[in-house]
Amino acid sequence: MSSTGVLDPVACPFCGLLCDDLRIAVDEDRLTVAAHGCPISVGAFAGLPPQEAAPRIAGRAASLEEAAVAAAHLLKGARQPLFAGLGTDVAGMRRVLELADRCGAVLDHMNAESLLRNVRTLQEAGLMSTSLSEVKNRADLVLIVGGDVASRYPRFFERVVWNEDALFRPEGAWPEVVYLGEAADPSPGTSPDGRPPWVVPCPRGKLIEVIGALRCLVAGRPLDAREAGGVPMEKLEALADRLRRARYGVAVWSATDLDFPHAELTVQSLCDLVKELNRETRFCGLPLAGSDADFTANEVHVWQTGVALRSSLAAGYPEYDPYHYAAARLLARGEADALVWISSLSDRPPPETDVPTVVLGGAGLLPPREPEVFIPVGRPGVDHAAHLFRADKAVVMRLGPLRASVLPSVAQALSAILDAYCA
Amino acid sequence: MLIQLARGKVYDPTHGVDGEVRDIYIRDGRIVSAPEPGAPVDQIYNLDGKIVMAGAIDLHTHIGGGKVNIARAMLPEDHRDKRHPRTALTRSGSGHAAPSTWSTGYRYVEMGYTACFEPAIVPVNARQAHLEMGDTPIVDHGGYAMLGNDDFLLRLIQEGRDQRLINDYVAWILHATQCIGIKVVNPGGISAFKFNQRSLDLDEPHAHYGVTPRQVVQALARAVYELGVPHPLHVHASNLGVPGNVETTLATIASAEGLPLHLTHVQFHSYGTEGDRKFSSAAGRIAEAVNAHPNVTVDVGQIMFGQTVTCSGDTMAQHRNSGHAHPKKWMAMDIECEAGCGVVPFRYRDKNFVNALQWAIGLEIFLLVKDPWRVFLTTDHPNGAPFTSYPHLIRLLMDRSFRRDMLATLHPDAVAMSAVGAIEREYSLYEIAIMTRAAPARILGLSDRGHLGPGAAADIVVYTEHPDRERMFAAPDYVFKDGALVAQGGRIVQVTRGRVHMVRPAFDRGIEKELESYFDRYQTLGMERFKIGDEEIRELSGEPVVHPCAGRASA
Repeated sequence: MSSTGVLDPVACPFCGLLCDDLRIAVDEDRLTVAAHGCPISVGAFAGLPPQEAAPRIAGRAASLEEAAVAAAHLLKGARQPLFAGLGTDVAGMRRVLELADRCGAVLDHMNAESLLRNVRTLQEAGLMSTSLSEVKNRADLVLIVGGDVASRYPRFFERVVWNEDALFRPEGAWPEVVYLGEAADPSPGTSPDGRPPWVVPCPRGKLIEVIGALRCLVAGRPLDAREAGGVPMEKLEALADRLRRARYGVAVWSATDLDFPHAELTVQSLCDLVKELNRETRFCGLPLAGSDADFTANEVHVWQTGVALRSSLAAGYPEYDPYHYAAARLLARGEADALVWISSLSDRPPPETDVPTVVLGGAGLLPPREPEVFIPVGRPGVDHAAHLFRADKAVVMRLGPLRASVLPSVAQALSAILDAYCA
Repeated sequence: MLIQLARGKVYDPTHGVDGEVRDIYIRDGRIVSAPEPGAPVDQIYNLDGKIVMAGAIDLHTHIGGGKVNIARAMLPEDHRDKRHPRTALTRSGSGHAAPSTWSTGYRYVEMGYTACFEPAIVPVNARQAHLEMGDTPIVDHGGYAMLGNDDFLLRLIQEGRDQRLINDYVAWILHATQCIGIKVVNPGGISAFKFNQRSLDLDEPHAHYGVTPRQVVQALARAVYELGVPHPLHVHASNLGVPGNVETTLATIASAEGLPLHLTHVQFHSYGTEGDRKFSSAAGRIAEAVNAHPNVTVDVGQIMFGQTVTCSGDTMAQHRNSGHAHPKKWMAMDIECEAGCGVVPFRYRDKNFVNALQWAIGLEIFLLVKDPWRVFLTTDHPNGAPFTSYPHLIRLLMDRSFRRDMLATLHPDAVAMSAVGAIEREYSLYEIAIMTRAAPARILGLSDRGHLGPGAAADIVVYTEHPDRERMFAAPDYVFKDGALVAQGGRIVQVTRGRVHMVRPAFDRGIEKELESYFDRYQTLGMERFKIGDEEIRELSGEPVVHPCAGRASA
């Protein structure tokens, strides 16, 4: 791999869109986004942690083998280990599960709260969904629910909504964009010909009322109300009418934005609205996620164990319980006595805890206290090749590597721990 | 190391061996000829009186890819009730209708299956399918790429482009997705549903393209034939589950015009409209058509009673059937201008008229299709039933009194409308060996699997003969995979990694110019990134095995 030059096209691992058209300038270890960047990718590539870091045992430099032995020793002494964070690629998650199965660990992802808002909807009612290229080619109405989407997925509009080329849309016939909820900045929803989006503001906590009213109106059921969630009935009727007239409408949300108690019921209500619309026309949901590889971790977990995150393998078989196996709850109640924290896509530190801790993370990760074992690992898709799931679950992408790296991947570090554990 | 399997009763239909007592020798994972007298044998299994067959092959089982994982995540109840503890040797897992990947591999091998094929791979989702199959231990695997609802192909057909171009595209997809066959699901219908069409019969035009399902089937069947892909076009026909769909199915058979065609889960496509409930068995007509068309093979998609989950690419049918979801939850997804998927949990009940008749229709097809080389044992796992019901199904085929006992417990009106009680046929062990081993290997082009001749991979299963065939087939004495003893007495004793089977027909790379432009303009990932490489497939899924294609000139 050359130490200077330009890589093109490159796929970016730092949000669930996995945009694969970036141009990256390489200067030794430094990678800079030269084209098709966004605030997330530009910052993430510029802030890549150094690579010369060595593993540490209680703060002292050690070899990978020594660190692995120390981590294995810590896990062997634990009665209820907790594997959390889980910011890793497919290969990393495969090893996570192998080791967790051996030591009967509990598993939780750092984004599980938002992930579960969608998973629970699937488990309670289901949904009709779509994928990015379908939206790009078919959508004539894009309903953004909750927040603005663009702050978490900066290139969503550029790559998926405002396309010059679409298979089934006449040139210049841009999709209509509607924001429902609290969009701090709806300007990305302005079409290339200057048409502003239709904004229907309502507090996020009231979305369920608005969506419920829309369901009634779409289904033609009588609704004796003047407003719902603060939205006047005339506006709701106009919106319901627009939704019904869509040929291929898409409701987009980021569950991370729906951060209020029982938000999964709002998601479920929205999915029910989408199903109702499909009695007459075509309409789909598009839940966006994928930060810190949350989809990736969950998908691998689901196929290997049969159940979604959060789970426990302590009984010798997988048990799914999204309440009991929350890392924060287990740590707060003293129900875990070892923590393995994995964050390879960002430098998210582990939660503050006295529990003996093994950290597998970027060399720039600053834990609240020096962990018992720290193993610096490479960034998936940058320092080593990686497979990640895209936000729409339809696509698994192969990314990187973009530079020569001496850091192990999470999979390599965990293999070393596994070897020591089984020795 | 030379292993001798001594004096077993061998059933090897590929070589016409029907229960003869023979010795089989294994060296380096392969079956070899008998050594010179006096040559040293390292290990001997004394199989006096035991039944010996090749490893079984399931040519249609949904074990990998997005829709199965959606089913798993959707049904915590399926997994709470069925837990598979970790052992010193095996990984933990869970699930009955949609089991975890490790559990899937172990259960298949414990029943004597050594190869499984995922029949519905959305090309853009092929990596996920290979990843899941790669985590399905021991068994060999492979998949069929779904075409026929992808906008690229529908445009080629609409524009009347040359068949050679279609062939190039089909071959390109096989290379890019590392698959062994091509599947079409509800030809054109999944795409039509995206344009809000709710049904599409064989000669009905697609609302946008004007293309008919007949054109799609013909274009793809011809491409697969001319490329020399061993497995015929794998067809999930139009109108799945719709009463009266027998006419569509018969017309689909005729549409092949003599080209090889494999109709899958044909039970779901064999319905008439007779009787008070406007639902009847048309299995007799379907079997008659299969008997009369040597170019046609079928697998049955038998249903069994109990809870399962249906996973299908057919979003049009799944949406139509979503009202029957049990429990009441379901999902459907449009995918990347290629296809879609739908997941609907389902509970088949023996006291339900339609379900009881579906059960009988499946058995009628098994028993009325004369040639066991052209009818395959499947439940369309998990759509008709989980694959773990195969031993029960084998008993139904081999034991008519058991079959009649079961029939007597069903909805009486369904029993009255079915011919199954009157059919005397009982499958023999030789015929079971054909339909579960020799024939699937032949139809998939797996020349070194499904038989016990020298040179074959040593995928071998040994059973103790028992009059209760369900018991016999549920837990073979020994299962060898590539010569390694992997299961004994229905329990895993060694865990290995299976291989990935695929084909790579020759084609003109010129097609990539048009494809690259299509990807750049309309897709959300680049063409090069879409392709799965060899190193990648090794890492994700297993060692690739490429089977030859004998290309045929374009007509």
